[in-house]
Amino acid sequence: MDLFEYQGKQFFKQFGMPVSDGEVAFTVQEAVDAAERLGTPVMVKAQVHTGGRGKAGGVKFAASVEDVQEHANNILGLDINGHIVQRLWIEKASDISEEYYASFTLDRSAKQHLGMLSAEGGVEIETVAAENPDAISKIHVDPAVGLTREAAQAWVDGANLNPVAVEGAVDIAMQLYDAYVQGDADLVEINPLILTPDNRVHVLDAKVTLDSNSVFRHEDYAEFDETQPRDEREEAAHEKGLQYVGLEGSVGVIANGAGLAMSTVDVVNQVGGKPANFLDIGGGANADVMAGALEVINNDPEVKSIFINIFGGITRGEEVANGIIEALNRVDIDAPIVIRLDGTNADEGREILQPALNDKLMMEPTMLDAAKKVVELAKGAEA
Amino acid sequence: MSIFVDSNTKVIYQGLTGSQGRYYGLLNRDYGTQVVGGTNPKKAGEDVDGIPIFANCAEAVEATGATASCIFIPAAGVYSAVMDAAAGGIKFIVCITEGVPAHDEATFYNELRAQYPDVQLLGPNCPGIISPGQCNIGITAGHIAKAGGPVGIVSRSGTLTYQALYELQQKDIGVTTCVGIGGDPVPGTSFIDCLAAFEADPDTQAVMMIGEIGGSAEEEAADFIKNHMTKPVSSYIAGVTAPPGKKMGHAGAIVSGGKGTADAKMEALRDAGVKVGLNPTEAGELMAEIVASL
Repeated sequence: MDLFEYQGKQFFKQFGMPVSDGEVAFTVQEAVDAAERLGTPVMVKAQVHTGGRGKAGGVKFAASVEDVQEHANNILGLDINGHIVQRLWIEKASDISEEYYASFTLDRSAKQHLGMLSAEGGVEIETVAAENPDAISKIHVDPAVGLTREAAQAWVDGANLNPVAVEGAVDIAMQLYDAYVQGDADLVEINPLILTPDNRVHVLDAKVTLDSNSVFRHEDYAEFDETQPRDEREEAAHEKGLQYVGLEGSVGVIANGAGLAMSTVDVVNQVGGKPANFLDIGGGANADVMAGALEVINNDPEVKSIFINIFGGITRGEEVANGIIEALNRVDIDAPIVIRLDGTNADEGREILQPALNDKLMMEPTMLDAAKKVVELAKGAEA
Repeated sequence: MSIFVDSNTKVIYQGLTGSQGRYYGLLNRDYGTQVVGGTNPKKAGEDVDGIPIFANCAEAVEATGATASCIFIPAAGVYSAVMDAAAGGIKFIVCITEGVPAHDEATFYNELRAQYPDVQLLGPNCPGIISPGQCNIGITAGHIAKAGGPVGIVSRSGTLTYQALYELQQKDIGVTTCVGIGGDPVPGTSFIDCLAAFEADPDTQAVMMIGEIGGSAEEEAADFIKNHMTKPVSSYIAGVTAPPGKKMGHAGAIVSGGKGTADAKMEALRDAGVKVGLNPTEAGELMAEIVASL
């Protein structure tokens, strides 16, 4: 779950980190009102789940309320890497002496938390890592032990910040680690973390990704779930509890199991097709889940053919076949369907499907054959 | 022979009284697994179809001599269940549960290493482990696996593991052990743990490894294969065409910051001498060629 900058700042604030006062605005008028309450100068910042906002013209300094009006007008509706700006964050402008970088994330190889701190902030950390890796001070934290102030001090010392920033940076390092752990975050990143002319260390941006597996112990995360960027298809699938990722092709994909679903998307590509989606219906493949999946796929206007790829494990082929037939009776499908059914009792399952087959419902013996057929059908429909 | 579990392995099911635990626990027992007990602090003294329920793993181990456990506990209780198993004397913990927070996984992984270095955890979010004909712990359909050898399988994905077992069975190729390490960011058992065990197992003569996008476990495995393995390996990596920044079903299956791509993984594996298939069927065919040439 990715948070908007303003949500990230509100999240950081709960852990005591210094962030700027600000307000969210959905319209130009709200932006102007917010600026009047906050007092100019302010920053007008696009709230989107993507980087590169500044370069795209999504972050502007406004010396006056008139400036706010002009910038808000320009930024709302702006397309930043395919994300349309629908909300703004209006915050008090800060004076900047120096820009730093700080983050925590999980190092999957080391199986420990990894903190990164750099005196070179305001640019992408990947760029710093590639061009000047020595400028990044790293710390590995054992999750079973936690971050001590002594360790945080050594970590900050290693980053060669301005000496007047060190104490404030250690405070923020400790708070950032608390936010990361107590908040069950996959990533917490401050870029830039700034030093002001009056020697305060201040959080100027916030990038936070929360672990969606942790929502059972964070009831307040429901509001973040609502602001996740999903297209209409993804929203419909999400409501049905399906694991769905929208892609841009014409072959609808339904498979059981994340690995098999990924593999199905790959095979469709390999034989020259373009998958419209990734959709994992889980191990079972019963009629309810299958019907829900078919509805989501059927509502995608780009879909020209559908590939149902099921491997029966514990769930036997007969059950899978009956589930597919029942689902097809419930949902009117426009596009032709190609089924590949394999695994436990596949023969029995295929026998059940056999009488239902026609020019809109086909069956192929292998994943590769089915992929070729479904791609051919999609291309035929597009031609 | 096999790795990690065999016909002598006695298993406790943590959560045997729940619907999933009961379903798979009994299915595993029908397969021939020694399912000797279950745990549930509120139902100690009761039984599930004749299998005794204990308050915790310590009591279950004391009464049955079990060395392995299988966890079917909701995600919120997994941390406690893992630590209960380790404290109770279980040496091999299989955690099937999906949806466990990554911070919990990282924490119990490190706590186990520090406090119980001889305990091995498999999972979470994995299908389990099967040594065909001997022991099946988890949710793998036992009848799709041919017993014997000479192939060992290790995989991050459930259904692709089944697919691999099934394709080898169709080709009449046996499997010593098939380990599903799971699709989460911090798996208790790594590819390397399994590859090392297969290398040491005299009955395993070749290994099939199924990976997917995200992280660098496959690259690390490739490095291990290059430097430490004499047995041939075939592989398949799912997610070649996955878009960056999107989680593909599994919590760990995500390409981020240009890292974790299938292409990089396949290249590392090829460089280590691994035969890489472009789809599961091709990987199975490559394994059949390897087996024919043994």
